Amino acid sequence: MSTQERQAAESKTLFGFWVYLMTDCVLFASLFATFAVLRFNTNGGPTGEDLFNLSFVFKETFILLTSSFACGLGILAARQGNKRLCLSMFGLTFALGLAFLGLELHEFNKLYNDGDSWRRSGFLSAFFTLVGTHGAHITAGLIWMGTMMLRVVQQGLTTNNIKRLTMLSLFWHFLDIVWIFIFTVVYLMGLVL
Amino acid sequence: MSLLGRLNWDAVQHGWVIAGGQVTLVAVMLAVVGLLTYKKRWGWLWREWLTTVDPKRIGVMYIVFAMLMLLRGLADAAMMRAQQAVSVGPHHGFLDPNHYQQIFTAHGTIMIFFVAMGLMFGLINLVVPMQIGSRDVAFPFLNATSFWLYAMGGMLLNLSLVLGGFAATGWLAYPPLSELAYSPGPGVDYWIWGLQIAGVGSLMSGINFLVTIIKMRAPGMKLMKMPMFCWSVLGAMSLVVFAFPILTATLTMLALDRTLGMHFFTALNGGNPMMYVNLIWAWGHPEVYILVLPAFGVYSEIVPTFSRKPLFGYTSMVWAIWGIVLLSFLVWLHHFFTMGAGADVNAFFGVMTMAIAVPTGVKIFNWLFTMYRGRVRFTTPMLWFIGFVTTFTMGGVAGVIMAIPAADFELHNSLFLVAHFHTMIIGGVVFGYFAGLTYWFPKFFGFRLNERLGKYAFYCWFVGFLLAFIPLYILGMMGATRRLDHYDASLGWQWLFIVAAVGVALVLVGVGFQVLQLYYSIKNRHANLDKTGDPWLGRTLEWSTASPPPFYNFAHIPLASERDAYWEMKKHKGQVTPKYESITLPRNTIMPLTISLMAFMFGFGMIWHMYWLPILGFFGIVGSIIWRSTSDEHEYKLPAAKVRQIEEELEARYA
Repeated sequence: MSTQERQAAESKTLFGFWVYLMTDCVLFASLFATFAVLRFNTNGGPTGEDLFNLSFVFKETFILLTSSFACGLGILAARQGNKRLCLSMFGLTFALGLAFLGLELHEFNKLYNDGDSWRRSGFLSAFFTLVGTHGAHITAGLIWMGTMMLRVVQQGLTTNNIKRLTMLSLFWHFLDIVWIFIFTVVYLMGLVL
Repeated sequence: MSLLGRLNWDAVQHGWVIAGGQVTLVAVMLAVVGLLTYKKRWGWLWREWLTTVDPKRIGVMYIVFAMLMLLRGLADAAMMRAQQAVSVGPHHGFLDPNHYQQIFTAHGTIMIFFVAMGLMFGLINLVVPMQIGSRDVAFPFLNATSFWLYAMGGMLLNLSLVLGGFAATGWLAYPPLSELAYSPGPGVDYWIWGLQIAGVGSLMSGINFLVTIIKMRAPGMKLMKMPMFCWSVLGAMSLVVFAFPILTATLTMLALDRTLGMHFFTALNGGNPMMYVNLIWAWGHPEVYILVLPAFGVYSEIVPTFSRKPLFGYTSMVWAIWGIVLLSFLVWLHHFFTMGAGADVNAFFGVMTMAIAVPTGVKIFNWLFTMYRGRVRFTTPMLWFIGFVTTFTMGGVAGVIMAIPAADFELHNSLFLVAHFHTMIIGGVVFGYFAGLTYWFPKFFGFRLNERLGKYAFYCWFVGFLLAFIPLYILGMMGATRRLDHYDASLGWQWLFIVAAVGVALVLVGVGFQVLQLYYSIKNRHANLDKTGDPWLGRTLEWSTASPPPFYNFAHIPLASERDAYWEMKKHKGQVTPKYESITLPRNTIMPLTISLMAFMFGFGMIWHMYWLPILGFFGIVGSIIWRSTSDEHEYKLPAAKVRQIEEELEARYA
């Protein structure tokens, strides 16, 4: 491929990835809308106020935001060609993402064991699906990040790898933004409104 | 839990109507396998079709699959019309109610998702890259995957004919009827997973063609210089990108209700069935514009070509497309004014619905003004266009009537509604894609379709269509609701239903002519060869290549500095000495097919509760994607000498 062809291909892929992120955004919007409709359909079961613990959610949020910061540093390092810094920053992102996922699974597990599963009410169905879809995306991001780090170790920071890392970081920041909305709409509004 | 989930011998369908379908299905499959073996074509099938990433071949496969599905959908339609013509008073027809319900559900689902969508994506694959002067789509691998997901979704859905039966819920599977409590069998699960798999494919196609049109136009082709078909596709693909994720989410929620016992749309425990209806139409209304916009684009290519004039009102046409795109997201509630949202909400959606008729009217007038004082040639594509203008306008007026909420309370779920949307979708979408197929056929196969048989087919379709649906408007006004399998003799409806059945019979004759046309044209193709590559005196870039075009489309990427770029080129024809360069092209790969087969396994396992199969399918797909990402060798270079050789052979072929 000539340089020109390569540049054209890269701008295509990046633009395509942005469009994909927008479709994912609409997917989450549908789940948010559903949650908003079913929020008070507790079927005599617990409400958000009964279930959510703000300091726990704050911990999750802090960890995820920090992971996004680390991811940003990782991309800067990649652009500067600093392979070691890049790998360690993405390593940090990976670890924080894993920790976030662990906390989320812990919360789900606790709710399930307390008898407040997705079968309990429309509200809990919507809660588990919305937050769980975000968690599934985080899982996909972690798998992607793992394979990318392996590639960087093997091949170094090639143009292709930097392109892929850029898309990965877009994905990760996008999930961060979705989480901010989940934090606000599900947890804060659940406790306050 | 058993290895086969809930699948057992009782799942095999019985009954003589179904047996007919099963025998046909198996016979066709055996015939295809036999023919391939007899002609020793397995290698050809593998190299040229199963592993291809060429959008032209993918387009052909879409169209073949959609045509097969059309036959299935038509068989369903014929059975419904036959049932309603005879099932009156003491007679109960030949279909029991449950089977009848499965038939109308299958008819709607197949016609929309696998016929209309298939024809649309087929034509887009064939035409869009050629019209923008590109050698390929933005993501060829993704494109092939989209096709195979669509095909696998369709096959999964048709499997219900043999195993377990289909949903008996209507084509949009409204809850609570589609919930486990009322539809415990596998039918609704077939519906969910067939559509989910095909829908993900459509979503990926939407992204793909959006990027293709934005990023891969030939040098000089500014957006406002694009052929109108590409504009329409750009509008439709923007709708796909914003509407299909809603479908994905909604189907997932219904599946979660049914498999994990959630309560999104259940009647009890805090579910909200009307939310499903809102969500599905938030996708569903844009969907009808997704189907019709590219058909509008086809007309916008055909009318100028056969009137030998540039398109009238190009700029207003573009604005009309984007007006429709925007408004199509603001009208979904008109599908259920009877929900009881209140006068204010209903009034808003009523007014928006009427407003969407304005840009559509702009387009109709633009086509008519293009014909005005043109040198009109009444070829088959042009006849389809004229059929479209008359029926579509009639159906549009019926739609504006129903946009009045007060009138809709009377007409909701009546046969008037059924007649309205069939007028829009047959008159608008199907006629458009038939016109497009006839128009672009010589480009991709190198010979023209027989005109006389094509015209016979058109007249049968057109008259048959009117006979089939005008009685339905009248019946709807008389109070006949949709989805009836039986009615009382005293209502006096029977003669109208008989007229409608005659109409369908005439449509079937039209389809017979289409099959005959294809057979006859292939047999006599040497008499109708397209030697110039420009059989209709076309205006856009696809006609500047040989027919059929080489697999790389263009040896030289054309310059397109004017609208109707090829028309301009023909006017200022200069001899250029050809200088060939090497071309980078994607390699063939079987992975789109294997990934889609794993998606099929996933869906099949979910339907029959064999949960090891979805797990296997899921990890197979994830593994395939990771495996593919480990290699960058997905392309090859076609050397300049080879391009020269191919081009010179094309030159010499008819010289």
